[in-house]
Amino acid sequence: MSTSARYWREIPQRYRYEASKCKGCGAVWFPPRLICSGCGKKDFEDVILPGTGKVKTFTVIRVAPSEFCDEAPYAVGIVDLDGGPAIQCQIADCEPEDLKTGMAVKIEFRKVKQEGEAGIINYGFKVVPVL
Amino acid sequence: MRDVAVIGVGMIKWGELWEKSLRDIFVEAALKAIDDAGVDKIDSMYVGCMSSGLFVGQEHLGGLMADYLGVCPIPATRVESACASGGAAFRQAYIEVASGMSDFVLAGGVEKMTDIGGGGATFALSTAADQEYEVYNGITFPGLYAMMARAHMERYGTTRDQLSQVAVKNHDNGSKNKYAQYPFKITTDQVKKAVMIADPLTILDCSPITDGAAVAILCPLEIAEKVTKKPLVKITGSGQATDTIALHQRKDITYLAATEAAAKTAYDMAGVGPADLDLVEVHDCFTIAEIMAIEALGLVEVGKGGHATAKGETAIGGRIPVNPSGGLKSKGHPVGATGVAQICEVTEQLRGESGERQVKGAKRGLTQNMGGTCASSVVHILEVA
Repeated sequence: MSTSARYWREIPQRYRYEASKCKGCGAVWFPPRLICSGCGKKDFEDVILPGTGKVKTFTVIRVAPSEFCDEAPYAVGIVDLDGGPAIQCQIADCEPEDLKTGMAVKIEFRKVKQEGEAGIINYGFKVVPVL
Repeated sequence: MRDVAVIGVGMIKWGELWEKSLRDIFVEAALKAIDDAGVDKIDSMYVGCMSSGLFVGQEHLGGLMADYLGVCPIPATRVESACASGGAAFRQAYIEVASGMSDFVLAGGVEKMTDIGGGGATFALSTAADQEYEVYNGITFPGLYAMMARAHMERYGTTRDQLSQVAVKNHDNGSKNKYAQYPFKITTDQVKKAVMIADPLTILDCSPITDGAAVAILCPLEIAEKVTKKPLVKITGSGQATDTIALHQRKDITYLAATEAAAKTAYDMAGVGPADLDLVEVHDCFTIAEIMAIEALGLVEVGKGGHATAKGETAIGGRIPVNPSGGLKSKGHPVGATGVAQICEVTEQLRGESGERQVKGAKRGLTQNMGGTCASSVVHILEVA
């Protein structure tokens, strides 16, 4: 199990979806970077990820890593956020047979997993279908 | 830079080698390679290994393997680049010989994956992806390649049966390889109906968990001519490239850009193109990976990898034989060893030593090794000197 620092240093991204927008080329990076891989500039402004997007591709995990064994089967997808970058996360509140490429989804703050024998809860983002 | 030859290769039977340790399997393959090369000294060595720390709790493989190979105090360095560790180790050995720094250099790869259970192995392999922004969300490697597969199928019309054909062809080839972990044939129906791991990939779309090692010995070409009586195999191209660690940050998740970049470097260096190759060994960690690899190498039109496979173009005897060894799928995938095993196969093919799975008249071959979802890739071209 990791130290708490490893967890809390990611909180701005996992809880608040904080990203960085390059002042040179306008590329949005999530998580933030120190140098833009698009143009090489080092000046950024803080932005929040758009809350909605479309599923680019997905899978249903049937054989899960040990921390997620109790959750399987569950869906994971890559989501192109509206006007923003792509993220990868679980697609919740949707039966596997109802998943579709291109479906509209929104980001929600959720429990992601329990860590270690003490079962410390790890939070983060998932997407759910927009009804 | 000096011209460099591969003068010896060593493979062992791969599988669930419960009676042998990490050091045993590496040294066994190394002794076979040294014997094959006919040399009595090694000046330096590289050990490709992805994650011995997580698989068996052992790091510092340079010291360990030099010690048990009885070659101390030569320099020995471990090289890690996830599943491309073996290819990267071979490239470091090549650079060291080409530079003139050393004459006889050993390039090996090893992974001991069955000393922990399936959950632990799945976790160890997942460390090749972005821990904080991919693995944190419960993704696995089959899951990442499953997403690539679905995107490729929806964009190019690649079919379930075409994916299966990759596995069927590689098991056909592997059934003729005495080193293969799973040397048996399978059918497209078996692949399709096998247990689902991550939709749309079944367990028979996936390469297995394997214990294994592979070793090659390199030296300057002009010295090789004096020490070995075997046909000389020369390294004519070497390329390595990178891409984003996270799959979702790629512009195109259906294309292996790092493999294309590594291949371009290797092709330019060798002064050849895809049409000049007689065989290739590619990194078929999943069936979709072989389809994407042959597209990125320029062997088939982009989007047509599945179609070409189903037509038999990549079988032994086809237009361009792909994975005559059986590939990762049938031969096994001890991750750190895979890149070196590809070199072993191409070397033996170019020497005409591959028996039943020999590609007739093979004069030039290519190896393509990749780590993660191709955040790193290594390509080599070997030719009969």
